[in-house]
Amino acid sequence: MVKKITSWLSVGLISAAALSGCNANTPGGQETTPQGTAEEVDPRGQILALSCASCHGTDGKSVGIMPGFYGKSASYLKNALMEFKNDGRYSTVMGRHAKGYTDEEITLIAEYFGGLSQQNSK
Amino acid sequence: MSQKFTRRDFSKLFIAGAAGSTLGVFGGATPLLANQKRVVVIGGGFGGASAAKYIRKLDSSISVTLVEPAATFYTCPFSNWVMGGLKEINDIAQTYDVLKSAYGVEVIHDEAVEIDAANHSVKLKGGKELKYDRLVASPGIDFNYDAIEGYSEAAANSQMPHGYKAGPQTELLTKQLQEMKDGDNVVICPPGNPFRCPPGPYERASLIANYLKKNKPGSKVIILDAKEKFSKQGLFTKGWKKLYPGLIDWRAGSAGGKVTAVDPSAMTVQTSSGAVKGGVVNVIPPQRAGKIAAEAGLTDASGWCPVNPITFESTIHPGIHVIGDACIAGAMPKSGFAASSQGKVTAASIVRLLQGKVPAPPSLVNTCYSLVGPGYGISVAAVYKLTSDGIVSIKGAGGLTPMDADDDQLSEEATYARGWYNNVAQDIWG
Repeated sequence: MVKKITSWLSVGLISAAALSGCNANTPGGQETTPQGTAEEVDPRGQILALSCASCHGTDGKSVGIMPGFYGKSASYLKNALMEFKNDGRYSTVMGRHAKGYTDEEITLIAEYFGGLSQQNSK
Repeated sequence: MSQKFTRRDFSKLFIAGAAGSTLGVFGGATPLLANQKRVVVIGGGFGGASAAKYIRKLDSSISVTLVEPAATFYTCPFSNWVMGGLKEINDIAQTYDVLKSAYGVEVIHDEAVEIDAANHSVKLKGGKELKYDRLVASPGIDFNYDAIEGYSEAAANSQMPHGYKAGPQTELLTKQLQEMKDGDNVVICPPGNPFRCPPGPYERASLIANYLKKNKPGSKVIILDAKEKFSKQGLFTKGWKKLYPGLIDWRAGSAGGKVTAVDPSAMTVQTSSGAVKGGVVNVIPPQRAGKIAAEAGLTDASGWCPVNPITFESTIHPGIHVIGDACIAGAMPKSGFAASSQGKVTAASIVRLLQGKVPAPPSLVNTCYSLVGPGYGISVAAVYKLTSDGIVSIKGAGGLTPMDADDDQLSEEATYARGWYNNVAQDIWG
């Protein structure tokens, strides 16, 4: 079973390796960030958080009736998501969504949006 | 999925993968013709436009060219609202101005006619050839007209529109409904699974019934279904009973619903239980991946495109990512929202790959609202993750509007449905 996922991963990796190799061979090409160094944005948090924008607007800037959350802090967002997850807050659909994430994932999502707001307000 | 295989293990796999990739297979590198990484996106719908916008948003050093024939894209979501008289066609029109001006996506209004997977290039109808480092194909669906005797593309454009690609046929169906004689029936023929927007035909029946109730009280809706059951069935049936008693007659495939042939000139539909005549006949044929996907050899025997569920890269042609209705995405339905979710995951993956990094584990969502009546909404939601069985919906999360939802909740869902459209459209094209 793990083998199957490893094989999916290796397909992407071969391409990634090929591309990074070719990048190094390209004169004037941008240098790739070495793997393992600290990054500004956690890629897991990012990929989890991109989902939210479909209903709450890009970066959480809502143009509809759904609440926008751009500018809210990570701790505010984590608290709200945990409340939705644990049925501590009324919702039509948010509770159904929040239950799909582990507490760790909720933290990552909250930190992504919290960080985003902070970054842009500088 | 093995019970022993936890998400922690999964993350470890990705880390192991990252370490492994430094040992990389550099010999297989494809030479680039320019310094800037180039992504070409085919199709400006929910999947393609999302991918184009988000690649640029996440890494503006990557050039993105979006190929879409139409300058205005009409969304299938909310096209039923147009048919029911609740929205105008302009309300579901999206353009590419913001993608161009705010995100720097190059938009070419032309049709992609050929993909050369070996040489990483796409030929356009106008003669142009585009080279790419990675290609995103979001071609949507193609219709299998041959599956129904007597039906054809010409019939769909005139007497019996499918209205399953929004635009001229949405307007045609709307006009046919308005011109229909009171007392005539509207016949809707949904296909078997899998098809685009599983609750679509039933929301359509609901909003047409809402229109008939007010404007043609002698008419009703007959649904001749290829299937034995359908999406959100319990919720729809409950809503129909309440709002449109006796107005919607749904017939399962085994109960005379299975369509064997149509006669567009006589406006009749043949079933195992005899012919059914309609004043308006909406035939939704079986579907397959958009034409270019099949022509490029990206489809398998099912007619849809198998993909790596981490990156949505084709398992047939490396370097080409297939997203949206055209791809086989495990438990995910063929919905605009799902296509957008896949577009964003693919964008993030492509950015990582082009930076020589390992993609993050995918996390996907779907949220689909259906309107049963103007103030009566229902929804289905799901969060998806990757397991060894592919993309599965997370147990204990998601699901439907509760069957015992009260009028206030149903009214709130209808309000949120409108908000859903505003934000999903903003997140993709705005």
